[in-house]
Amino acid sequence: MAYAAGVDVGSTQTKAVIIDESKRILARSLVDTGANVTRAAEHAFQEALQAGDLREEEVEYVVGTGYGRYKVTFGNTQVTEISCHGRGAVHLFPNTRTVLDMGGQDTKAIRVAPTGEIVDFCMNDKCAAGTGRFLGAAASALELNLSELGPTALRGERPVKISTTCTVFAESEVLSWLGKGKKTEDILLGVHQSIAQRSVGLLRRVGIDPEVTFTGGVARNLAMIAALNERLGLTVNVSDESHYIGALGAALFALDHILASRAPAKAGQEAS
Amino acid sequence: MGQRGPASIVGRGNADGGRLFREWFDRLNQAAEAGKPSAYVFVMGSLAELLGAFDFPIVFPEINSLQTAVRRVAHEYLTEAEDYGYSPDICGYVKADVAVQLRGGQHPMGRIPKPGIAVYTNACNTYIKWAEIWERMYHVPTFTIDVPGSRAAGLKPGRGDRDFENDRRYVAAQLEELIPVCERVSGVRFDIDRLREHMAYANAMSAAWREVLALNRSRPSVFSALSDGTIYLGVSNGFRGTAAGAAYFQDLVQEMQYKADHGIGTLTDEKYRLLFVGVPCYPIFRRFGELFTEWGGTFVGSTYLWFASGGSHLGFQYDLGRPLESLAEGLLINVREAMDAMFFQTQALAGMIDDFAADGVVFHPIKSCRTVSTGLADNRRALMAARDVATLFIESDLMDRRVVSEAQLKNRVDAFFEGLASRKQQAVLGSRFSVLGDSPAPTQNRQPTTDNR
Repeated sequence: MAYAAGVDVGSTQTKAVIIDESKRILARSLVDTGANVTRAAEHAFQEALQAGDLREEEVEYVVGTGYGRYKVTFGNTQVTEISCHGRGAVHLFPNTRTVLDMGGQDTKAIRVAPTGEIVDFCMNDKCAAGTGRFLGAAASALELNLSELGPTALRGERPVKISTTCTVFAESEVLSWLGKGKKTEDILLGVHQSIAQRSVGLLRRVGIDPEVTFTGGVARNLAMIAALNERLGLTVNVSDESHYIGALGAALFALDHILASRAPAKAGQEAS
Repeated sequence: MGQRGPASIVGRGNADGGRLFREWFDRLNQAAEAGKPSAYVFVMGSLAELLGAFDFPIVFPEINSLQTAVRRVAHEYLTEAEDYGYSPDICGYVKADVAVQLRGGQHPMGRIPKPGIAVYTNACNTYIKWAEIWERMYHVPTFTIDVPGSRAAGLKPGRGDRDFENDRRYVAAQLEELIPVCERVSGVRFDIDRLREHMAYANAMSAAWREVLALNRSRPSVFSALSDGTIYLGVSNGFRGTAAGAAYFQDLVQEMQYKADHGIGTLTDEKYRLLFVGVPCYPIFRRFGELFTEWGGTFVGSTYLWFASGGSHLGFQYDLGRPLESLAEGLLINVREAMDAMFFQTQALAGMIDDFAADGVVFHPIKSCRTVSTGLADNRRALMAARDVATLFIESDLMDRRVVSEAQLKNRVDAFFEGLASRKQQAVLGSRFSVLGDSPAPTQNRQPTTDNR
């Protein structure tokens, strides 16, 4: 039995996934990236090995992805998280044609072919407006944990209109609404709707073709899922593995390598 | 010209371009020292043929500005202009030039002479406001030539068409008004034979430029439209209508033909043929190119080489028998073409994809210039609807390092190539998934070339 691993080194968190030949997830791990990216990658990989009760030498191929992919020093190769999220999303939801990945510092809209091939993609520009970081800034201003944001926002009834998605101004905008006596849940509902609006704008740049699969850390936030569903007028696919889809895609690419190395060369393949 | 071997031909365009550039700036420096009034012009409709007939040293502030970025000192100039009061949102070219003026013409390549006159078209809306700065600073005449653009995409009327003839007369009338202004500022009487001489050289350059661009259909491509092409473009502008410019382009055609005949490409291993839309990222010019060449991608064409050559890629030939009338016609057609390359480029790009066997198109909007960037997102979608082609949309700037994120650029470029690799593998193998890691391995893939800029 061959095992393949993907390590997704994101700006905030690092994820590792190990799969077997049948593409079943055997183990996963999640650690904070911190300042030492290489160590975070190693740490995540070792934790996944431990969770899967596997030895390092049993994993034949490792693909690094995410911003820190070139720091996965023990990896065999690197693939961008754009390709990995597309691949992972199509694996979990085969009818996926559009992927929205909302991470800590960027949001990606990805259009995929039925094969998982990336047809087109767009990302937020250089600033972190409308990304997970914006939610983090709002949480900080409201003295809440990230995990409390979604449930709190879902209690909102009269969302405020957030005029900026600039992460730098997030806290001051939230504080100004608090100063006007608005409820925390209404402010947060407005924050989620604002980000959803911006994300849908990004999706429109690549074309919104159902099914839409929502990936990345923010996909665990129920209020964001609800805001996207409302804005898109459809139900986005969300998996329990959403946070790990980049790492899963990387592991699937790693498995391709293993299987390709075993397959006899086809006519024409050598020439290519 | 005699038969030359590869050692003296290959890379000659880059080497000679660098030399000519230095000589040009040396002459500008001498003009500045002598206090000679110069003509400030822009790349889209420079009218160098006419201004050359009045012996004006010709200054291209856009080129001066981009040189500060290529030489990695743009931030000093931008900061100085911003300290003076210009907003960070204003075009980086304008701000760098303002700082050059505030510094009394001091520039990394020497001293730039002050303007005696500014002559420009409406091809870029910023040109007009930019010239007003010199007008306020130096109280010099500024002359705007209003050139009518295309009324709609693909609508290119020519001789005999009523609208075209009206437009031509409109431009010709403005040129007739310009001539006495140039006589007054330069102290040189207008000589139509001198104009003819400059137009003849411009004819040779335009024809050669068209030929050079067409020779990049070769596989492997014979020059990078992003890096090498920018050098050729500099000569095309700075030496327009001159004997040196005509000789340079004659040599350049010979070099490109030689490379095409001998299969000498830009890269050691050309894997992907790309088109570039927009203005280059000068603050990290070399690195920006490497993001593509490392993957075996080379730019076989670029809209920049169209619009920033003032539309001279068309190869328009002046009729020397009726110089002023033909100058107006050339200006009208070339500037219209330059504007179309910015605003109505979809049809031309679709044609380029076919003619140049392009694998992908890179759209590069920039913060500095809304003129060339606004609409690129829509243009990209229109092109993708017209052709099944991979595209990349990346944003940065032509001058301002502060809005260039190399890590983010690389991420997008890498993903673009992964998609291209997947497309190619599927086309060849018809496999369900490509093995992406087999294709990337970004490496040093650039052929050594002489780059003396």
